[in-house]
Amino acid sequence: MNLHEYQGKELLKSYGVEIQQGIVASTVEEAVQAFQQLQEQTGTKFAVVKAQIHAGGRGKGGGVKLAKNLDELKTHAGNILGMMLKTPQTPGGMEGPGKLVSKVLIAEDVYAPDFDACKEYYVSILMDREKKCNVIIYSTEGGMEIEKVAEETPHLVHKEYIDPTLGLQAFQARKIAFNLGLSGKAFKEMVRFIASLYKAFLGADASLFEINPCLKTGDDRILAVDSKVTLDDNSLFRHPDLAEMRDTSEEDPTEVEAKSYGLNYVNLDGNVGCMVNGAGLAMATMDIIKLSGGEPANFLDVGGTADAKRVEQAFRIILRDPSVKAILINIFGGIVRCDRVAQGVVDAYNNIGDIHVPIIVRLQGTNADLAKQIIDESGLAVRSAILLQEAAELVKEVLA
Amino acid sequence: MSVLVNKDSRIIVQGFTGKEGTFHASQMIEYGTNVVGGVTPGKGGESHLDRPVFDTVADAVNKAGADTSVIFVPPAFAADAIMEAAEAGIKVIICITEGIPVQDMVKVKAYLNTKNTRLIGPNCPGVITPGEAKCGIMPGFIHNPGKIGIVSRSGTLTYEAVDQVTKAGLGQSTCIGIGGDPIVGTTTKEAVELLMNDPDTEGIIMIGEIGGGMEAEAAQYIKAHGTKPVVGFIAGQTAPKGRTMGHAGAIIGGADDTAAAKMKIMEECGIHVVKSPAEIGATMAAALKR
Repeated sequence: MNLHEYQGKELLKSYGVEIQQGIVASTVEEAVQAFQQLQEQTGTKFAVVKAQIHAGGRGKGGGVKLAKNLDELKTHAGNILGMMLKTPQTPGGMEGPGKLVSKVLIAEDVYAPDFDACKEYYVSILMDREKKCNVIIYSTEGGMEIEKVAEETPHLVHKEYIDPTLGLQAFQARKIAFNLGLSGKAFKEMVRFIASLYKAFLGADASLFEINPCLKTGDDRILAVDSKVTLDDNSLFRHPDLAEMRDTSEEDPTEVEAKSYGLNYVNLDGNVGCMVNGAGLAMATMDIIKLSGGEPANFLDVGGTADAKRVEQAFRIILRDPSVKAILINIFGGIVRCDRVAQGVVDAYNNIGDIHVPIIVRLQGTNADLAKQIIDESGLAVRSAILLQEAAELVKEVLA
Repeated sequence: MSVLVNKDSRIIVQGFTGKEGTFHASQMIEYGTNVVGGVTPGKGGESHLDRPVFDTVADAVNKAGADTSVIFVPPAFAADAIMEAAEAGIKVIICITEGIPVQDMVKVKAYLNTKNTRLIGPNCPGVITPGEAKCGIMPGFIHNPGKIGIVSRSGTLTYEAVDQVTKAGLGQSTCIGIGGDPIVGTTTKEAVELLMNDPDTEGIIMIGEIGGGMEAEAAQYIKAHGTKPVVGFIAGQTAPKGRTMGHAGAIIGGADDTAAAKMKIMEECGIHVVKSPAEIGATMAAALKR
């Protein structure tokens, strides 16, 4: 689960991480109020208007603007709120439709008054799958895409691995601050920043923190100017406050709906829908569709209980996609009995009534023969298979 | 012969009296697995499925001689259950639980480094040595005792491979579901190594998916030490970048994570890589004849 910048910063602040102060606004009026309040609180002269969407590279699409006075603030907030913001990371990139901006963060200008004395760094924390521990990745090259820095100047990207049983040690935080070339007050501030940031990472059960840029101000403070926070969905049960921050308007509405039925669905661009039990078999089924000359229209794992109700919900979701030309149902019945799934398919088919695309049902495992009989005798326009190879050939046939 | 579990394994179930534990423990017993008891804190001294219930894993080790545990404890308590089993001296821990927080597994993994224990999973179907011991949630009847070892990150896709192997007239020595999470107790390479060293395994099927570098590591091991034919399949050739495909660990991060990249490395290391998951069984049968 991803957080917005303003939510991530609230989280960081609650762990003592110093941040660029800001107030979130949904209307121009709120933005004006936020600006005035921010000026009183922080003494900032200017303000940055930042679009709040779940994608990086917002500046490239015009989603981040500096306002030097109230008029400019009104203009920028008015332009950004309600815009379809395109960034290299929104679906389809700069050529795509963009994402609707419904909130802006009005943030203090932390680069004033001494812009030239400021320096941007990169800091992130994530779990390293190979080393099986958390790692802090940092670089002097802040404010840029870290992938690009890693490709062009790999020696400028440093990694500090954290022992899971000991946690972050003081010498490690000092090493990071030294490697970033800091000294004096800024050095001490960075050590503190890293320690608080790591505490926040563990405290929130995060899977990714990316602070880019992490700024050294003209007066040697270290603060988070941006925050990208991804939380571990598996740990949300112990963070109900963070779980509430989920913004479902940022997610594909069909995927959100599917989740509410206990279906794991990912929308794709192809022409053959599929419904499968188990994630690995679902991916393998998508591969079979491709090898049979089609393109998968979705990933859909119905889970361990493929009963009639779930099958029907899955059908309805897949059929909503107008590009779907055929549907392949692939169930390997272990604990799930195939005859029950078959009956579920027949019932769902009859309930929906108007299914206009060919359906191929492949049921294998417990009571597979009985299941094939139920499908074949139902009189429905459903083709059945038992072997995976047979299913693949039927897909080829209906696409031909 | 076989690896990890056999007819002499003394198996307990953690989360024994819960709904999942009860259902799957009865299936395991019905298969003929040597289940010597179970653990549910607070229910020690009771009897369940005609087997003793213990309060702690240590009790089960001391009183019932348990050496293997299958865990069906809910995600919030599963990491604790794994560490308790390791502390009590259980040699093989098989954790079925799906949805354990990643940071919990980071701790578990570090803890296990100090113990003489092998963890399989979590988020896996378990381990089966056909005809001897079924430790997990797989349907027993599709398996057939034989000479093919199977290693997989997936549940139902493993059943698919098992079924094809059985239909090709072959059988399985041991099938190891290593699990679909970003951190698993036993890696693909470690599981392949176990089977490579098992005298009664004559061929190995390795089923991977997008995300992580485990298949590449296993492929390098096979290139250097392989003595038996290996058939490989990678699920997710059509998966988009940056999206989690069901399994928490199935996400393409960089160029090395893709199915194409993994298949290329596997082929270069001498593995019989199949593009279609429908060809796993037939390819194994053909590879054995060469």
